[in-house]
Amino acid sequence: MMDWVARLGRGSLDRIAVLGRATVMLAQAIFGRSQVGVSWRLTLAQVHAVGVLSLSIILVSGLFIGMVLALQGYTILVDYGSEQALGQMVALSLARELGPVVTALLFAGRAGSALTAEIGLMKATEQLASLEMIGVDPLRRVIAPRFWAGCISLPILSIIFVAIGCLGGALVGIVWLGVDAGSFWANMQSATDFGADIMNGVIKSIVFGVVVTWIAVFQGYDLEPTAAGIARATTKTVVYASLAVLGLDFFLTAVMFGEL
Amino acid sequence: MYHRSLELTVGVFVLLGALALGFLALEVSGLAPQQADGSYRVSARFENIAGLTARAKVSAAGVTVGRVVGIRYDSGTAAAFVDLEISDRYRDFSKDTTAAILTAGLLGEKYIGLSTGGDPDPLSDGDVIFDTQSAVVLEELIGKFLLNMSAN
Amino acid sequence: MVSETQDALVEIDALTFQRDDRLIYDGMTGSIPRGRITAVVGPSGTGKTTLLRLIGGQLKPTRGEVRYAGEAVHRLSRDALFRLRARMGMLFQSGALFTELSVFENVAFPLRVHTDLDEELIRFVVLMKLEAVGLRGAAELMPQALSGGMQRRVALARAIALDPEMIMYDEPFVGQDPIGLGMLLSLIKELNQALGLTSIVVSHDLKETLSIADHVFMIANQRLAFVGSPAAMEASDDPLVQQFLSGGRDGPVAFHYPGPRFQDQIR
Repeated sequence: MMDWVARLGRGSLDRIAVLGRATVMLAQAIFGRSQVGVSWRLTLAQVHAVGVLSLSIILVSGLFIGMVLALQGYTILVDYGSEQALGQMVALSLARELGPVVTALLFAGRAGSALTAEIGLMKATEQLASLEMIGVDPLRRVIAPRFWAGCISLPILSIIFVAIGCLGGALVGIVWLGVDAGSFWANMQSATDFGADIMNGVIKSIVFGVVVTWIAVFQGYDLEPTAAGIARATTKTVVYASLAVLGLDFFLTAVMFGEL
Repeated sequence: MYHRSLELTVGVFVLLGALALGFLALEVSGLAPQQADGSYRVSARFENIAGLTARAKVSAAGVTVGRVVGIRYDSGTAAAFVDLEISDRYRDFSKDTTAAILTAGLLGEKYIGLSTGGDPDPLSDGDVIFDTQSAVVLEELIGKFLLNMSAN
Repeated sequence: MVSETQDALVEIDALTFQRDDRLIYDGMTGSIPRGRITAVVGPSGTGKTTLLRLIGGQLKPTRGEVRYAGEAVHRLSRDALFRLRARMGMLFQSGALFTELSVFENVAFPLRVHTDLDEELIRFVVLMKLEAVGLRGAAELMPQALSGGMQRRVALARAIALDPEMIMYDEPFVGQDPIGLGMLLSLIKELNQALGLTSIVVSHDLKETLSIADHVFMIANQRLAFVGSPAAMEASDDPLVQQFLSGGRDGPVAFHYPGPRFQDQIR
């Protein structure tokens, strides 16, 4: 019994220590002098690596999720004779939930794991130590551009996901299932509010962007520099980031839409 | 050049994001039209608004002409006052316009339907519509139906 | 012989270093002479690489201090530490070239960070450094296209790009074929003689290292087991030094990991 309590205590202390290290890392990466021109170019290159290269998977997933939503929604709504509410259903579920959440999960798998592996490999091959010895802070040079790029890219990807999903829903709903185009769009527009629905979704994806990227770069920076260590850290990134996204999503939804 | 093409693809990426946001604003949430032109406000007094919410649409002959912006309970008359914001483009409703709370489909959302009357004076900012038809409350309807059945 | 403390570049003063629960150094004291090649040797796991990291300020001593040109490294501010590191070069075990940059950009990297030289001058310096390691022709290649030995030579060119006063080599001979090894040995020797660089070579390859070293540090049992010239090391009658030199199985470093007696354990 005492053993168990002691183990619990040690475990909690370890967790707190990890959280502390992650916070210190982020603070040092963000606040600290660096050449502005250089970090801008580095961030741009990282937006390309984590954002542009994730675009294809986001486009394809968004389109299909929008189409599936329309198909599933239609079969339910048609029972109540409310199939003209299809546009509303597709747009609201995408903008409020599926857009930010699915994009963040895909992003954790596609870009987050790549970030962890890349930084981990730089650590294992002593590139980070080498930067330090040349007199360049790897937190500023390697971590900061990747962190900012993730925070910028995820909201953009999420917006694109929602837009392409709505188009996919319209495609299936109007062209295939024959819902009237006018009432599809009119219902969507009257039910969806730019501030309350679209922007709240964007705020969610900004929060997810910060959290997922933070987890990814920290796991890469803090890992044990061996092949096994990189493999473990990559898995951890995907698992922790996904859990954090789902947990935070519930919390954010409760705050944003709870009183409705 | 390497840097040039990198900048270009990132530029296209950001542009695509901006376009998508524009699409969401205009086509999905229908943001622009309401903000572009002015509007005027009238109120309507209802016995029962059962289920009507703010932001519900206001339509005339099936065309959306405005939105519900506020709902108040007036304890003096024991009735609900609903504030409607109607686009300036639809200025020609008569003073004796009637308002009804309608439902889109069987379980659809509640909205307000306006039908204009014969009065030559137009409805103007701050007017109150008293000639209204309240929401159909399903329970009352079923109650009446059962009463008729037992009477027969 | 000149007195060691007088022209010491790096002084190690009562250095104690502990990692997790393991004591790596226990009150180690010694000094590394300026302008010479110092070999740091010792059995595996004695923390030879750790010593380089302590000198470079990447690790902080638990007690005691390491002074570089009279300044205690671990007490420097972050900025001062980064300025200090510009004066020392380090060649990592794996080379540690930046994989996303070409050979040219790798060597140019320290110049771009620490100097305001124009592009033409950077090009001149980089090509000169690459010429010194015999890889000017590989300037536009990516590091992945080079063999391990060539990568290490590029890393050496990068380490000397800023003309440092000291260079630290971390296991430079691991995984080298005899030709690559010979090239590295002569390069280290040449750099030391031509530029008057202070060199610290950490290595397991005793014979090769001793052939170019002026001065030997042997680390064992958390402290310096031997300090002196290679000739004095050969002549030493310390059993630990002799076991290390001859590669003998029996001696102060035991072949058997401590455990119960075999007869007791199989019963």
